[in-house]
Amino acid sequence: MAKTIPITINGASFQAEEGQNLVNAIRQAGVFVPSLCYYEHIDPPLGTCRVCTVLVNGKPTAACTATVKPGMKIVTNTQELEDVRKGMVEMLFAEGNHFCPTCEKSGDCDLQGLGYRLGVKASRFPHLFVNRLIDYRPERMVIDHNRCIRCRRCVEEVRTADDKAVFSFVNRGKNTEVAIDYDEEAKLSEAEAIRAMHICPVGAILVRGKSMARPVGERKYDQPEQAWEKQEGPIEVPKPKPGAPKKVVATTSLAGCFGCHMSLLDIDEDILDAIELVEFNRSPLTDIKQFDRRCDVGIIEGGCCNSENVEVLQAFRDNCDVLIGVGECAIWGGLPAMRNFIPIEECLLESYGRTMELDGGKVVIPHHEDLPELLDRVYGCQEVTRMDYFIPGCPPDARHIWKVIKHVLFGEAYALTHEEFKYD
Amino acid sequence: MKPATQRPDRRELLNDLWDIQLQERHISDQAIWKLARKYQLSWVEVEGVASFYHFFHREPAGRYTIYLNNSITAEYSGQREIKAAFEEATGARLGHTDPTGTFGLYETSCIGLSDLEPAALINFHPFTQLTPQKAKALVWQLKRGVPPALLADDIPQHIQRQLPTERAVLLRPFAPGQSLAPLLELSPTEALEQIKASGLRGMGGAFFPVGTKWQLCREQPGDEKYILCNADEGEPGTFKDRMLLQYLPELVLEGMIHAGYTTGAEEGWIYLRGEYRWLLPKLKEAIAHYYASGWLGEEIPAKEPFRFDIHIQLGGGAYVCGEETAMINSLEGLRGEPRVRTYFPVERGYRQKPTVVNNVETFAAAARVIELGPDHFAALGTPQLKGTRLLSVAGDCTRPGIYEIEWGTSLADILDWAGTESPMAVQISGPSGQCVNASYGERRFDWDDLRCGGAVTLFNEKRDLLHILHNFSSFFTYESCGVCTPCRAGNFIFSRKLDKLAKGLGEAGDYVEIQNWSNIMQQTSRCGLGRAATNALLSAIDNFPGYFSSYFSKKNDDLKHAFELDEALKDYRKAVGSTLGTE
Repeated sequence: MAKTIPITINGASFQAEEGQNLVNAIRQAGVFVPSLCYYEHIDPPLGTCRVCTVLVNGKPTAACTATVKPGMKIVTNTQELEDVRKGMVEMLFAEGNHFCPTCEKSGDCDLQGLGYRLGVKASRFPHLFVNRLIDYRPERMVIDHNRCIRCRRCVEEVRTADDKAVFSFVNRGKNTEVAIDYDEEAKLSEAEAIRAMHICPVGAILVRGKSMARPVGERKYDQPEQAWEKQEGPIEVPKPKPGAPKKVVATTSLAGCFGCHMSLLDIDEDILDAIELVEFNRSPLTDIKQFDRRCDVGIIEGGCCNSENVEVLQAFRDNCDVLIGVGECAIWGGLPAMRNFIPIEECLLESYGRTMELDGGKVVIPHHEDLPELLDRVYGCQEVTRMDYFIPGCPPDARHIWKVIKHVLFGEAYALTHEEFKYD
Repeated sequence: MKPATQRPDRRELLNDLWDIQLQERHISDQAIWKLARKYQLSWVEVEGVASFYHFFHREPAGRYTIYLNNSITAEYSGQREIKAAFEEATGARLGHTDPTGTFGLYETSCIGLSDLEPAALINFHPFTQLTPQKAKALVWQLKRGVPPALLADDIPQHIQRQLPTERAVLLRPFAPGQSLAPLLELSPTEALEQIKASGLRGMGGAFFPVGTKWQLCREQPGDEKYILCNADEGEPGTFKDRMLLQYLPELVLEGMIHAGYTTGAEEGWIYLRGEYRWLLPKLKEAIAHYYASGWLGEEIPAKEPFRFDIHIQLGGGAYVCGEETAMINSLEGLRGEPRVRTYFPVERGYRQKPTVVNNVETFAAAARVIELGPDHFAALGTPQLKGTRLLSVAGDCTRPGIYEIEWGTSLADILDWAGTESPMAVQISGPSGQCVNASYGERRFDWDDLRCGGAVTLFNEKRDLLHILHNFSSFFTYESCGVCTPCRAGNFIFSRKLDKLAKGLGEAGDYVEIQNWSNIMQQTSRCGLGRAATNALLSAIDNFPGYFSSYFSKKNDDLKHAFELDEALKDYRKAVGSTLGTE
């Protein structure tokens, strides 16, 4: 039995086993520390993701790579540390191609869960949109490299009966990937394959026919419906002064699906309340095509996929005091950005190559001066113009959108809880 | 990762890969199968090792494989014209072989010939001070079957500045065995005391006291201990270890022998970077001479006779292997990824045994300490950094080469000696070091100021600082081992940020982001590579505020960001304008 010694965490004294992994020791003390690659029985620890970074005796250290030593002073909760750890999660989102709404693992994904937990609303880093392979060759598995965070769990843990590695890191630098050995993979039993899928903290390792086994709603990070309902009270917002002029709101859907607009209308009878407060100007809801007065708030759904989107967004910036981006597409491109790592020529061929009439055997891409031109990729609104606020979600909940809008119009900035912006 | 001792021994894997690469000019799938069977590994694990090192090609790399240095010094010395000349003469495009597979032309990170750029390696033989004519003539001769070894250039010592004998440490006359003679009078602990008394610190960049490191290793229990000489001199712009290995290899060997004597280790390894493969014969010859003289092997004469062997391992091309734990992994036949710092190498290093890792210059200096006595060494330098340091000076100057300086020397002196004309910036310690303003000449090479790792790269006023930084950034993007998030993704993200600045799309917010993102990388990266990767950028911004203010100025109004619509539409317009193929 290991010796129990005192350590200090955030100024308070705790008992911990000497030599114990620091992540465990911190958690046993009831203090939150996030982790992704950490997997209890892999020793030495992987130390790849770095999201468990804390201060150990004043030095930034990945907690999973340290063990409890006498006199250790640990700090987990400075503002800077919290920002750094959140940055790490944002970096993983920006590096990969994480389209949660299309991912089999959504709700069971540790990266996504941690994003909620740390309040990641948008990545501070530009998305890299690197085209990565989806490998369908393995017998039982599908490996989606777009989602892999190179945590290394599978590399260390998944081995065949004759102790051969099934996965390995390959290449180096920004091209580092986890590759699978097709022959060794074929030797795994179904149970072993499923275990590999569960070891993967994201949706990179999927087992054919098994990836949706756990229904959405019962997944690891799914919030029980009632808990969410309970927090729903009446929307309390500051009321405008009597006799004050109505605030003017404009809306538009750029490269979006209009889902956020539908969500906006989902407030049911509260819409009557809203109409008392605001008046709509340019918006698909009013079918007003051009601004005819200055607006207090512009609500943008969708990112920019073509020249018209850019013009419209810039017009909104010119005519609105405050711009609010609603939904993932406005934030970083969202689902339309799935084309961002495919050359535009290939996209056009895929769309028109088989369907359009051939002109002397050549594919004709529709183009005309009245047609908007496609951008090389889908851009988040922030890349084109300054945005004042973002409401994450796909789509964000109706009540949530209105709460934010009302606060922006009449009150102060509104901090949301992570239950409110869940969008899988 | 399981400790190496529990795995099948695969220490020969790198050597096997080298043999295959040199014979078959690439590592074929079949070769990977063969190695997987030999080492009882899965196919993908061998692939993982082979693909980590950039000198192992998975596609045929030509009967003659030509590597050009993509460092900034090479570029500014005219590498582009050399590349064009090679492309024209060989018919190979950069990154490929010519259609007949005779020539392969590739870019690689710094090859350690910054004083003699433009330079190239052809089948790992050095070719220096190239001109387009010389490049074409070389190809012409290779085509006629002249072996590259016969055509290769001799690499001169290139010492530009020596200290007077009473103050010199490294660059002074030396005869083999000279530093081993005092061992006859010294016990291991006495020798160790001399090293400690000298105040010698590691020259690899961390400046850890050498005596302390050796003592820690000595105190570790067990008989199996190792001495590793880090000859993976990968920092772009440095080449002083190359000179030591070529012209004073005996001094380096003797330093390792001293380390063996004082710590009780019986086995030493030199981890030689693949770029220096041409130094192998010279080193092997020196080692053979030491065995023949009885200075290596079973019973080395000393007050307490001892055993010590030295072997050489050739790296496969990976900058990160200069990190000591990455080097240890590489020696064990693994991917050269830095280890999690649960233990120091002196506790558990090579094969999980106590290991001393020092670099080439450190061992050479240690040998001199024993030879000249600790007082000679300790009397030189400054109170915090004793002794001397070799500098690799290159870039925009008339006298590039090796300089031995005492710690405490000013930057202004170096600029004078090197012969610079209108110098603008000096990159200290390579891309992972600081970028200082050449007009602040009062800066000194010392602990608190320029704690230089060896490289001093000079840039004159005609150079574009942002372009230099971009070169550094892409270097790290490719040379990161790729294991930890902040270094793998962070460097990539930074290279995109510099793209943005270079396009003139920078804003005031970018300055804030650079500070915030750098801080994240510094606090979270697993090893020094990621922690140091933004040093150059941050110090350049600090030291050249006037230059950077234009990049961070608000060329755009407050609200709209600069968005280059025409640029973003280029691909579409091209696709529409051209005829797309049918399927």
